[in-house]
Amino acid sequence: MNTLWLIIKREYLVRVKKKSFIITTLLTPIAIGLLIILSAFLTAKGGQVSKNVLVKDDSQIFSSTKVDSKLFTYEFSKAPLDRLIEDYKAQSFDILVYIPNFEDISQTKHNVQYYSQEKLSISTIESIENKIASAFKEYKIGQSGIERSVYDSFKMNIDLENGAANLASGEENKGFEDTSSKLSIKIGTALGGVMGFIMYLVIFIYGGMVMRSVMEEKINRIVEVIISSVKPTQLMLGKILGVGGVGLTQLGMWLILIPLVTIGAGFIVGGATDVAQLQELSNQAGSISAEDLNKFDFANVMREISNMNWILIIPVFIIFFFGGYFIYSSLFAAIGSAMGDDMGEGQQLMIPIMLPVILAFIMMQGTLQNPNGGMAIFGSLFPLTSPIIMPSRLAFDPPLWQVGISIVLLILSCWFFAWLAGRIYRVGILMYGKKVSFKELAKWIAYKG
Amino acid sequence: MPILSLNKVVKQYSNHLAVNHVSFNVEKQKIFGLLGPNGAGKTSLIRIITTITGADEGEILIDGEKLNSRHPQQIGYMPEERGLYKKMKVGEQLMYLAQLKGLSKDEAKSKISHWLKKFEITDWWDKRIEELSKGMQQKIQFIATVVHEPKLIILDEPFSGLDPINTNLIKSEIRQLKENGTSIIFSTHRMEQVEEICEDIVLINQGKLILEGNVSEIKQSFKENKYKITFASDRPDFSNYKVVGESNNSATIQLQEGEKANDLLKYLVQTGTPIIGFNEILPSLNEIFIQKVENN
Repeated sequence: MNTLWLIIKREYLVRVKKKSFIITTLLTPIAIGLLIILSAFLTAKGGQVSKNVLVKDDSQIFSSTKVDSKLFTYEFSKAPLDRLIEDYKAQSFDILVYIPNFEDISQTKHNVQYYSQEKLSISTIESIENKIASAFKEYKIGQSGIERSVYDSFKMNIDLENGAANLASGEENKGFEDTSSKLSIKIGTALGGVMGFIMYLVIFIYGGMVMRSVMEEKINRIVEVIISSVKPTQLMLGKILGVGGVGLTQLGMWLILIPLVTIGAGFIVGGATDVAQLQELSNQAGSISAEDLNKFDFANVMREISNMNWILIIPVFIIFFFGGYFIYSSLFAAIGSAMGDDMGEGQQLMIPIMLPVILAFIMMQGTLQNPNGGMAIFGSLFPLTSPIIMPSRLAFDPPLWQVGISIVLLILSCWFFAWLAGRIYRVGILMYGKKVSFKELAKWIAYKG
Repeated sequence: MPILSLNKVVKQYSNHLAVNHVSFNVEKQKIFGLLGPNGAGKTSLIRIITTITGADEGEILIDGEKLNSRHPQQIGYMPEERGLYKKMKVGEQLMYLAQLKGLSKDEAKSKISHWLKKFEITDWWDKRIEELSKGMQQKIQFIATVVHEPKLIILDEPFSGLDPINTNLIKSEIRQLKENGTSIIFSTHRMEQVEEICEDIVLINQGKLILEGNVSEIKQSFKENKYKITFASDRPDFSNYKVVGESNNSATIQLQEGEKANDLLKYLVQTGTPIIGFNEILPSLNEIFIQKVENN
């Protein structure tokens, strides 16, 4: 036990004291912050450069409405089209739009031409299309004699809410049923995605770290000295736990630093962008309606987040976090021990490990769509995918018996894979200059003593 | 009681028998040579003794006690293919390895300081291993092997890659350790070193023990009654003897059944040959080694 602790301590300290560790731990949040600021800046300034649009409107409909746009300035001209085509650029306009005089205004589809020296983006084209269309719509409403208020009352917006949720919240009951309102589903999806993604990263980053460390000791040839003092499985275990500690330290730091940086970046970005502009941008993108944006109420979100079943989510996530890391880092250690100096040759050995992780990551998308479907249930029970799939289901209140079975399977698998990896590891670390196949690995597992 | 006793030890790998019913004893406070050509099974045997792998059959006793998981702390092992953590500092590294062998922090520290002082390298404590030359790294490796004062030290080709000065340094340390009561197993295929250092040897080939015993006794038992005569004049007449080697002013005679060295010397004196040297030629271990391995 004492030697195991020594190994864990060494594996941990060697990595934590490395410059590269300190730099990565500090720079990642800073990079994320910069990315937020940069992307906001680019969306606001670079992505949507304001355009000067010259419109020749033969229909007289567009030019007679009040065109209001933050991004584009519209000006009108009555000069002949061919002359405008020649010198709209010289008059410092970016785009020339020609609206012909439509013969039949009652038609719902019309063509309008534009001229531009540079290729226009879809969002720019759509923005101009929307402006003209809404001008024509206003015009048609005016012509039809329908009252504006009557027209507005045609618009409908239906929210499909969970009946049980309303009932439960009415009764102040925060049991298992109350987290299925639409907003909570959105938050659950985001949370599930984040947790699944963290697991995916942890498996690859820290599992890979264990693998490299095993390879390094083998190539260095120090491993024979060490295992003449301690059992190989002890060395492997110490390594897995030590690197796990490094992972926890790094994630812990990020858990504190990333929100701080994000909030900080939010302040900087908040000052630079304009909500109206953001709304127009999202209107163009067509994904979020203005109503949606208004409904995105911070207080609501916070309430839904605090309503999540954290008593279940946090401990279960931690169990799967450790279990998933342990299973995969054991396997990575086994592969590392089988690899020689030639990393390329050993790459094929990694495929069977990477496959379930990538598969689980793909299955996670489906799980988030349908968190209680057959694939989700299978994926969250099968121990090689459950560390990614189960956390992504947690926000959707999976049945407790499934969580329970999944945890039992996970723990049994931890034991099994540690045993399996240990069998391969103890042979692999002393095996040099041999091209290792899976058949060979199977033989190693069977070796005595 | 021998420090190490092997009784019919067998180690089978999937496609070959690495150790085939090998038995021998290593006496206390001796320097013992474990010899054999490449791939003979020396490393397999050492890995069994150091508990890195287990034997399939047979019995191994350390100081009369069946080999168990406490024994690694009493053994110091320097593998042939050696290495250290390149990024670690000398001090940290030695502390780590010493503590893995069961020393407390304070013990480890004082013993490491003692050895660094002995090798006059006290200022290396904070140096990274990668900053050291290969020979310097060997010294650190040697310290790591002996720092926990093991009863039994196993050195696999300890001089490979060392310059003559460091070779002598390590040799004298090995002798001193022996004087202080340590038993040493010295594995090599460099026979001149064996002759110089070892008292007892075993010779292994293809997993089997083919020769064992005291070095000078083995040499005696392999002697072929050859004598080298060096003279200052013309070559005397050797027609009554079997000449097996010759140069300008020397000849090697192999005595036949019934012939005696004293008679040969008497004959030479009678012929009036001015004799400068008269030596018995014992076979070198190298010759015995090659002869045994080839006959096997």
